[in-house]
This record gives sequence, structure tokens and C-alpha cells, in this order.
Amino acid sequence: MLELQYPFDADHILRKKKSIRKQLLARENVKYIEKKIAVLGGSTTSDVVLMLELFLLDNDIKPVFYESEYNKFWEDAVFGNEELDSFDPDLVYFHTTSRNINNWPTVRDTAEAVEELAQAEFDRFRQAWESVAGKYHCTIIQNNMEQPFYRLMGNSDVSDIHGRLNFVNRLNQKFYEYAREHESFYIHDANYQASVYGIKKWADLADWYRYKYAMAVSAIPDFAFSLSHIIKAVYGRNKKALALDLDNTLWGGVVGDDGPENIKIGQEDAVSELYSEFQEYVKAHKDLGILLTVNSKNDIENALAGLKRPDSVLSPDDFLVIKANWENKDRNLAATADEINIGVDSLVFIDDNPAERAIVRDSVKNSTVPEVGSPETYIDVIDSNGFFEVTGISDEDLKRNEMYKANIERKQTMSSFADYGEYLKSLEMTGEIKPFAPMYMARIAELTNKSNQFNLTTRRCSLAEIEQIASDPEYVTLYGKLTDKFGDNGVVSVAFGHIDGKIADIDLWLMSCRVLKRDMECAMMDEFAAECLRRGASTIVGHYYPTAKNKMVKDFFADRGFTLVEEDGEGNRTYELDISEGYVKTNRYINVNP
Amino acid sequence: MTREEIYVKLNEVFQDVFDDEDIVVNDDTTADDIEDWDSLEHINLIVAVERAFGIKFSMGETTSMKNVGAMVDIISERI
Repeated sequence: MLELQYPFDADHILRKKKSIRKQLLARENVKYIEKKIAVLGGSTTSDVVLMLELFLLDNDIKPVFYESEYNKFWEDAVFGNEELDSFDPDLVYFHTTSRNINNWPTVRDTAEAVEELAQAEFDRFRQAWESVAGKYHCTIIQNNMEQPFYRLMGNSDVSDIHGRLNFVNRLNQKFYEYAREHESFYIHDANYQASVYGIKKWADLADWYRYKYAMAVSAIPDFAFSLSHIIKAVYGRNKKALALDLDNTLWGGVVGDDGPENIKIGQEDAVSELYSEFQEYVKAHKDLGILLTVNSKNDIENALAGLKRPDSVLSPDDFLVIKANWENKDRNLAATADEINIGVDSLVFIDDNPAERAIVRDSVKNSTVPEVGSPETYIDVIDSNGFFEVTGISDEDLKRNEMYKANIERKQTMSSFADYGEYLKSLEMTGEIKPFAPMYMARIAELTNKSNQFNLTTRRCSLAEIEQIASDPEYVTLYGKLTDKFGDNGVVSVAFGHIDGKIADIDLWLMSCRVLKRDMECAMMDEFAAECLRRGASTIVGHYYPTAKNKMVKDFFADRGFTLVEEDGEGNRTYELDISEGYVKTNRYINVNP
Repeated sequence: MTREEIYVKLNEVFQDVFDDEDIVVNDDTTADDIEDWDSLEHINLIVAVERAFGIKFSMGETTSMKNVGAMVDIISERI
């Protein structure tokens, strides 16, 4: 919804929140993921929750909330209570602020005493985090401490160990260190939000003493928006690619009219420098695993000539797909999504022209087309929307552009083989199919949240859940990694099931569509069956739960030789495979665990 | 801005905050007259009114306003 995209009108959202909520819930054909979120607050949380709900609904996440009593975050976390236990949160968010620091240093304290104070504050929080992590195996989000609005020691407050600002920074460092060492634990940068809003307006004493809101009520929409970025990223709702216009978006001027030598890019003048910084910002996304594409009304020769200028930061090689033609941009956008095999809702379209933006927004359902304004605000608008919020950088992210590029090369090679089997042989594929391993946990969780098409049960798992399943001896877990002569595809398939006596019941089975028709699903089933046999199971049970997106796998189990034993009115199917007499392997082309 | 003009704008704020287009407030309206008007919505209402008129109520005023009429008195003093 455009009114929930940055730049938004916070007062409008606050005032209209009820009608906005109604509009969000009235949208048709939305496939929500439901999440239970416990908000444990050190100050009033009610509007934080209401605003957060809007932004999560906008990302197709339907939250159910538990809210602690006023300032009972620590008691709830450490001692628990029945209501919270039965709620069993997927995610616990600690809404605390500098108001919740119990003991501040005074100028009389020694250096050791100040460090002890900081350590004691940190330990109090750590106790709360470890308690909920132990009980609920949940994702945790913790605000960092925002800087105080006054400075007793003036400028020295930041550098002197007795200063409150210095103390807040010291405590924050301890929080960050903990975050680096713990997966499924994320810091919400409340301090940044306070700074952007303006720390003096943020610390609205009237709102604090009247309502016990730790921040001005008007600041809450921005705050909740930022918080929602982490949550939607954790649950796989990040965007995957940028689709960029060229003229007056990546450079100044119109390359077809002005000629490549006259467009504004490089360091020659102020406008060129501005566009160069934007290109650098765009290019940096590649390392985060964000795919770059072009969607521009231009002749392809002119588009390439612009990108090939020696002083252009971006070159044609940086883009996975370049659509420079006279086709409508909404059609180009859909074609781009098709070509790289991602949903069109995973693309963010950037264009300086408000008319083009409006057309794409109206004609492509679920498209994301931010109001980027003028070149001076492009970076801020893209950045503040948190489309690509990072919750950890995996090896996959660093290599993603190369992997997709290799995929396009594979498609080209395929056409040179008359026989598909010969083509598969020529790929020289090796697979690594093994139980969930620590270094792949993040990727595994990511896949359960991102895969929609080749996904039999569409079960979404947080990192914490994946870790728990991996450590549970009743579960058979497998990840599949596929390498071929064009490169490493990384972890592309995930499956797990639980063993109950002689029955192995498959809870989740998914595969990335980029390795479709490569025999990977056969290799995975071979390994899964082998492990079930080893554990003494005689029957494998599989389920297919239909969604709007997973029709392609409705016959997956039938194709693997399973027998349909049940189908209900909604199309939910249960299959069985008898392995009491053994199992015959079906993978022909992948060399597994060499 | 006349008192009538203030009421036109104020009605819109009430209708938005309580998401009810039928709300019409007058001098005697109190929290008892509007179903959803509890202490949490009161906060949102105050903030929305402040923003709509570009004013700020003092802490004492927010707690002492007896009815909408008292609120309009303060608004008309400020703008």
C-alpha cells in the first residue's frame, strides 16, 4: 500500500489507522503467514503494536500480539507467566529504551565502578533474552538504547566515562557484541530512529509523563516501520531485485537524444557526481545478493553505450537482465521476473518519471514502485524503505548474481543438445545431501520462507525452529547443495520429516526452482529414503497442501511412486510409499556425496 | 477560525480516529458518548487534534478537559 511506503505521512497513518487496517484486511487473495509476536515493553506499547500491525499486514504477515503489562518486560521474560507460555511466541520483541536503564554512573564513580554498572545493566537484559530463548526457541528483537536528550556534561558527555551518552554507547556495544554471537537475535536500531526524528522531539516529556510513551507518539509510525523491516526480513519477505530505469534515473539526460558522451555521469560536475553516488549505492547491493536489472525505454545500443562509458560506475556486466526496448514497462517488469524466475512482487522498480511509476503500479498487481522523488532523494527513499533489510549475510548472498548468471548460461547451453539427458550429463553435477549443518541453518530457514512454487507443505520456519528440529533426534533432516560445471548453486533443496515408529512423515519438502529438471528431487528422495530405512521405517508418508503458487508439485509424490491414500475437499493430499521391501534409487545424473 | 469552522475540522478528526463517519461532536460531548473513546484512544485523539490544528495542549489541559467544548475553547485560544 503506497500510503505505508516511505516517504509517508506519519500523522495521517496515526489518525487513519483504523480505516487503513480495514483496507489492508479487505485485500483479496492475500496469502498471509501468521506469526505470534510477544511485545515485552519497558514503556507503553499500545500504539507501537497498532502501527507495527499495519506495516506487517502490508507485507502479508498477519501478527497476533501478546503485550506485557506496563514495564513488566523483565518480569515476563525471566519469571514468565501462564498467558505468555500458552501464547508460545514465534518472536519476542523487547521494547525498551534508555528510560529503562536502572543505574547511571555519577561523576564520583571510578572507571571500574562504571564498567561494573554497565555490565550489571547488560546482564539484566541478557538474563531476559536467555530466559525467553530457552523457553520459546523464538526469534528475539531488542531495541538498542537511544541517546539521552540532555547532556549534563555538555560535549564531554560523549567521551567522558561518567557521561550518560558515553554510558549508553558502552551498553549498546555490549548489546551488539551479543547480537554478533547469537543467531536469531537482532538489534533494532532505535537510536538511529531517534536521531533521524530528532532526539529532542523524540524525547517528548509530555507524552512520557502523560502516557508513558518513551517517544513522542508522532514518532511511532517511523519507529514501527523500521521495526517491521527486521520482522519481514526474518520471515522471508525481503525484495530480491532492483529494476532500474536509465535516463534521469541512473544518469542525467536522455542518452538517445543527447548521445552517450553528453549524459550526466562521472565527476565532471555536480549533477554527474550526484548520479555517480547513486550508481555506487545501487552497485553495492550486488554484494548483498540483490539482483540488478534494467527496465528502460531506449534502443538497446544507446542503453549499452551509456553503461559502457568509462566513468560509469555500473557497467552492462552488473545487470542480470537488461530490458531496453519500446515495450511498456509493466510488461518488461513481468518478463524480467519470468526470466530470472522470481515473483514480480520481489522486484523494486525505480523510475524518475511519475507517469511511468503510476502505470506500473496500476497494471502490475503487488508491484513495489516507491515515490523516489528527485535524484537527491533516490538513495534516501530506497534505503529508508528497508526493501533489502539485512539480517545476516550468507555465502549465498555474496554469490547470488553469479549463480543467476550461470543459470542463464545453462539455458543457452541446453539449446545446443538434442537430448536432454546428454545435456544433464554435460553439466557434470555433484550433490551434497546431508543432515542440517550449522553453517547452512540460516540459508535453510531462508528457503523455507522464500520458496513458494516447489514447496509441498509451505511450512515457514524461523532460524530458531530449524535449529531445534536439527537437534531433535526424532527428525530426519536433509539439505541439498548442487554444483555443476558452471558454478555452485548453493543449498537449493530442504526436506525434513519425523519418525514415529515405522512411519516416516514428511513435514517439509521444498526445492529452489532454479534447479528444476536436474534430477535433484530424485537425489533428495534417494537420500531421504535411505535414511528412513536406516532408522527402521517401513513407510514414508508425504503431504501436498495446495496454495495459490504450488500447483507445479501437486503430483510430486505420485511421480516418485507414492500411492494417494487420502484427499479432502480442499485438495489436501496424503500419500504413502512402502519401503519395507527396500527402495530403488531414481537419480541418474548427480554424483551424490562423492 | 470561528467556533463553527473549528467544529467542522474537529468532526473530521473524530470521524477518522474512531473510523465512524456518523460522529458529530458538540460542546457537551464526552468520552461517555463515543463507544471506542477509552484512555488509549484518548491519546490518539489528542495527538490527532494537536496535529490537525498545529497546536500543543499542555499536560494540565489534556487531563482537565471536561468535554469537547472545553477542547474547542483551548483550540480557539491557540490558533
